[in-house]
Amino acid sequence: MDIYATELMGAKAYDAAGNYVGRVREFFIEPAEAPNRVSHYLLSRGNFQPLVAKHNQVASVAAGKLELNVSERALELYKPNESWLAVQKDLLDQQIIDTRGRKVVRVNDVELAPFRTNGNVELRLTQVDVGLPGAVRRLLQGVVPSAVVRKLQSKLPQGSIRWEFVNLVEPDPLRRGKLRITHEKLEDLHPADIAEIMEHLSAAERQGIIASLDEETAAAVLAELDERLTTQIVEKLDPEKAADILEEMAPDAAADLLADLSKETSEELLDEMPGREADEVRELLEFDPGKAGGMMNTDFAFVGEASTRDEVLEWLRGQELNLDQLDTIVLLDPSAQFSGTVPVARLLLAAPDQRMTELKMEPLLSLPPNADDKEVFELFDKYNLRMLTVVDEENRPIGTITVDDVVSKLVKD
Amino acid sequence: MNWESISAKFERVRTGETDLQKKIRGLRRRLTLLLAVVGPGLITSNVDNDAGGISVYTQAGAQYGYALLWSLIPMTIALYVTEEMCARMGVVTGKGLSDLIREEFGFRPTFFVMVTGFFVDLANVVAEFAGVAAAMQIFGISKYIAVPLAAMLVWVLVIRGTYRQVEVIFLFACVLYLSYVFSAFLAKPDWLIAAKETVIPNLSLSSGYLLMLTGLVGTTIAPWQFFYLQAGFVEKKVGPRQYPQARADVLIGSISCMVIVFFIIVCTAATLYTSGHRDITDAAQAAQALIPLAGKWAGTLFAFGLLNASLFAASILPLSTAHVICEGLGFEAGLDHKFKEAPIFYWLYTILIVVGAGVVLLPHAPLWKILIFSQVGNGIWLPVVVIFILLLVNRRDLMGEYVNTMTFNIVAWATAIGMIVLTLILTYTAIFQPGAPAP
Repeated sequence: MDIYATELMGAKAYDAAGNYVGRVREFFIEPAEAPNRVSHYLLSRGNFQPLVAKHNQVASVAAGKLELNVSERALELYKPNESWLAVQKDLLDQQIIDTRGRKVVRVNDVELAPFRTNGNVELRLTQVDVGLPGAVRRLLQGVVPSAVVRKLQSKLPQGSIRWEFVNLVEPDPLRRGKLRITHEKLEDLHPADIAEIMEHLSAAERQGIIASLDEETAAAVLAELDERLTTQIVEKLDPEKAADILEEMAPDAAADLLADLSKETSEELLDEMPGREADEVRELLEFDPGKAGGMMNTDFAFVGEASTRDEVLEWLRGQELNLDQLDTIVLLDPSAQFSGTVPVARLLLAAPDQRMTELKMEPLLSLPPNADDKEVFELFDKYNLRMLTVVDEENRPIGTITVDDVVSKLVKD
Repeated sequence: MNWESISAKFERVRTGETDLQKKIRGLRRRLTLLLAVVGPGLITSNVDNDAGGISVYTQAGAQYGYALLWSLIPMTIALYVTEEMCARMGVVTGKGLSDLIREEFGFRPTFFVMVTGFFVDLANVVAEFAGVAAAMQIFGISKYIAVPLAAMLVWVLVIRGTYRQVEVIFLFACVLYLSYVFSAFLAKPDWLIAAKETVIPNLSLSSGYLLMLTGLVGTTIAPWQFFYLQAGFVEKKVGPRQYPQARADVLIGSISCMVIVFFIIVCTAATLYTSGHRDITDAAQAAQALIPLAGKWAGTLFAFGLLNASLFAASILPLSTAHVICEGLGFEAGLDHKFKEAPIFYWLYTILIVVGAGVVLLPHAPLWKILIFSQVGNGIWLPVVVIFILLLVNRRDLMGEYVNTMTFNIVAWATAIGMIVLTLILTYTAIFQPGAPAP
């Protein structure tokens, strides 16, 4: 039968001869050896130095009672070990990330399943309890008999998370390494979900998560995060790592982030970034964030207006473009001036030799970078745009504003 | 005069101007930084002046005149010292007080703190709605209309408003406390004596006087406010870099709270005390008695202040309590969840408002007893919360370089022990001498 951590804490331990050894005060998992097996039990006995029983020294486990298959003399003295995960100290009452439910939850109790292997019993951590039953058990254990607690909890709505879906949060990077905590499961989530999870954690924990995500994910998460948190995180990151993350961000998002930092920090980070990306961001930083220039992105796809559909497709395949964001292509006339836009959907359905000029959107819309954000919103609303081109004084396209820029700007204001 | 010296002079004028501009810009920048953080401290301290608080201040002025004014300065310090620790914890750890208690002290202590908190806060909510009823009675509106309306208003404000909007409304409510300043001026007090009594301690050893002093401390520093304050800074995502601004917010809040208390006491001292209306038992009575003494406006403003304070506290308490309890015990909390996702949160919130307003509507509601119970509850709960705060704020693994300094610890422990002793006295008398002056 499964056993709960609460029922095991304080259990009396007896050795092979039936002599009392001490009480279970803590137990550990050694993730480097086995990800969910209870590897060591801490047995305390009053003023004596506590002992440690290893997983292969345990003969049986029941609520309130632990039997060993060795004599007391075979047990070692307890020495703290950083690479052991302590169930009571590191897990109970702490916050964890439920990667399947995509939220931060607090651990009320831990469920363990016994496995019989040659002559001893191993406990494996199967689920963490974050619901009402765990809370009731924590409150009543030791006050009311276990059997009554079990009967009571079976009537309550369950709230458990399988151990595979649990992502621990540990701010200290050294300890994280020793405990083999990775954020692989977290990285599979949508960046917006990761950002929301991070808002529920403490500053140190947020920092730990960003530092251990790969740069691409970290960049996507930062772009989704509340800007007050973004600045706090970036200020504390190692500048080299921060620059690597910024490089992965869209230039407009990077510029927005840098604009919130102090002048010195943002200069330092720009110096760390490769020249081309840094220049793009610097240009964007010149624009007022409340104007069209401050909303635009300088990363956009543009082609000559005389090219055919096949030529354009051929060219697009050769480019490194963010395909999730690409839905409109900007056209240039022979003098490199803005001549219109073509939505990708029109391109998709066009004949192979159709020229871009024939696929152009009507009317021809563009704005200067110093146009007010209100003007931008009005154009998007009136013409149901998904993208709008920003042009300089000589009518050359310098950037594009996409509908998601407009949405985030509207939400922010 | 040659050309060079002229251009040098121009140069100086020009750079002088830019220096000034720079200074102004610096000032403006600092002000924006402060405004981004201001809120939790100011709101929390002002909510402290709730219905129960105003009743006590009124009595203090009516019974002892200006004689208790000196206690406001030490009380400001005590308020600041305790609130500052919570602000610091929120800013440094990014976690609420109930979260920290849970993580560091385990489930059972948290559970008992939360359950006590629930009942104490419930009694406080009843007191706030009773304040609404009393204030509206002065305006001639029956409590059977006023209280349900107030409960609806509170409910709609919180359910419909975003955090930012609600905060703006609350900050506006803080401004409305100024009505007490106006009624104090209308009462034409003796400012010279008031000033003197504020600075020079005037300790009398009569038991009634000591009790009133204890009552003042007990109502000004309420335990639930620490949870609300810390959560406020966490919610606003204030980080360690903005700690100086957060501290300034707490300081401004503590001082402004005490300034209002000052004016309430001065107003009642100048009128009720001087004219012999010394047996006033609550704020509504005081407002009524003010009308013949200081004019209709003074009384109306006084009653309006009571209404504002009661509504203000009634909006914050249920929400804050439901939040704190759910967070500490690990249940989903927050208005961005649907009822099904966070049933316990919504149930707690609803019970607090419905029961809180409902009790006031009972025809023979023992409001007096409930007021005493809320006071006693605060008194019992406060030492526990303050000791938790002091233990947590001294933990280097949580606070790093932001742990209390030695001097701060001495001041904080002295404050805590002083507060504990005073509230224990208050609790004792409230239980065993229900007729005593403290409510």
